[in-house]
Amino acid sequence: MPIVIWQLVFFVFPLIFLVVMSFWLVINYRMVPGWDTVNWTKMYSKGYFWDTYWRTLAYAMIATITTTILAFPCSFALAFKVSATLRRWALFFLIVPFFTSYLVRIYSWQIFLNDNGIFNRMFDYLGLGPFHLLNNFFGTLVGYLTLCLPLAVVLQLISLANVDRNLIEAAHNLGCGRLKTVFLVIVPMAKIGIILGAVFTFILSFGDFVSPYYLGGSKPPTLSILIIDTTKSGQQWPRAAVVAVTMIITLLTIMFASVSAAYRKKP
Amino acid sequence: MTRLSGQNLLLRGYVVLVFVFVFTPIVTSFVFSVNSDRFPTIPLGHFTTHWYETIFADPDIWEAFRVSALVSVSVATLATFIGFCTAYTDYRYNFTGKALYLSLALLPPTIPLVIMGLAMLALLARINMSGQIHSIVVSHVVLCAPFAMAVVRMRLAQINPDLEPAAWNLGASPWRAMREVIIPFCRPAIASAFCLTAAVSFDEFAVAWFVSGLNKTVPVMILEILQGNTDPQINAIGSIVFAISMSLVVIAQLIFFRKASAPTTTGI
Repeated sequence: MPIVIWQLVFFVFPLIFLVVMSFWLVINYRMVPGWDTVNWTKMYSKGYFWDTYWRTLAYAMIATITTTILAFPCSFALAFKVSATLRRWALFFLIVPFFTSYLVRIYSWQIFLNDNGIFNRMFDYLGLGPFHLLNNFFGTLVGYLTLCLPLAVVLQLISLANVDRNLIEAAHNLGCGRLKTVFLVIVPMAKIGIILGAVFTFILSFGDFVSPYYLGGSKPPTLSILIIDTTKSGQQWPRAAVVAVTMIITLLTIMFASVSAAYRKKP
Repeated sequence: MTRLSGQNLLLRGYVVLVFVFVFTPIVTSFVFSVNSDRFPTIPLGHFTTHWYETIFADPDIWEAFRVSALVSVSVATLATFIGFCTAYTDYRYNFTGKALYLSLALLPPTIPLVIMGLAMLALLARINMSGQIHSIVVSHVVLCAPFAMAVVRMRLAQINPDLEPAAWNLGASPWRAMREVIIPFCRPAIASAFCLTAAVSFDEFAVAWFVSGLNKTVPVMILEILQGNTDPQINAIGSIVFAISMSLVVIAQLIFFRKASAPTTTGI
């Protein structure tokens, strides 16, 4: 049972402590234990906080929809249109970037996207541009895709590879068109993988600070940037804790709702 | 199905496009790490090893690599051990509260890293444990153990469930059965989990940034350089980081998938 002890001490306990800390006070730049709701009322009464909250939610939603849509044709092709060997290698090469330095990959996108970067130089040769690709939501979205696309393809692919081929054959024999088969037979059967991919995309982009900071220009901020600014500039840790607890509650709600949707049997 | 219709070609082209998108940033980093221009863009300058020479001459970078290596090896050892125990408990026993136990074991990757960082910093600062190398280790083990658990659990799903009870019946103590049946069977998964967790820890920057204090790991150093101006050294450091973590993940996968296809029953 070592994991229980370890996770309790170093995972659950810090999170509980975060909740407790959100009720503490900061007096003369020092944190003082207490049970005061001032941090909550202060944060929740700020228009700035809610703007940031809804913006972060909207960013994560857009990232989720974009990633899911962009990932599907790729995982579909890998599941049905290529040999098993090629599929294994594709899986292999998709897992590698998921675990490798996200930070450096984001920096590489800066080289492509900045006003004097590779893309704008190319547009220049074509007599186009310059386009502002960095320090706006487009940049942020490229970052979210870098983070989430490989994972979404992997999760969708695992689900699609387990779809019963006989059912697809049956749909074709019964005169169901290609696209119709995809949307009425294949997508519902691969529902779990598609939803899991979307949930992880949502979690990762909702909490990520690197893309909105280095590709989105950090202004306007997202909730994670708000946490960093509040923590690193001074001693307002209790207020950062308020933001963090709000984020966790949001994430848990969305995770619970979508996972129960994924595993729900059809009525 | 294998007929190459226009539609299939289009789909294949799309797959290639996705892979180009995924691997472009990685390749770019290697290319610009040996490019002479101070501000990376096209057309390229000439080939140079200047940036590598600069970083190898910098004692701070050596120190960061030392901290990173120390952290990732300790994390990999601890996380793999904990992950193995969790996976084995899940495989062998049924008990009340198992769902809670499993969610506790698998939940950490779903909490945003910034929040984990803040929570760990707040707690560790309170018990005077922040800003040291072991504060990074402790936080990373929490994040990495679930990956190790998943890898070992997948391997345990392939074992013949009668093997261990057979060893017990033949008079082996539970510990001996573990040592001579379970562990040899799981060896590839354990090695694979070790490499994978080492890679995750080696790459993690957010939590490490919050709790590390003055003991910077390589990714934390990159993060701090990024906050300043464009610095071509980043590509050189980044390429080394890529090379290390990609090798670890590649090794992890090769070990896991090569051994997994050939069932072994060493030990009895």
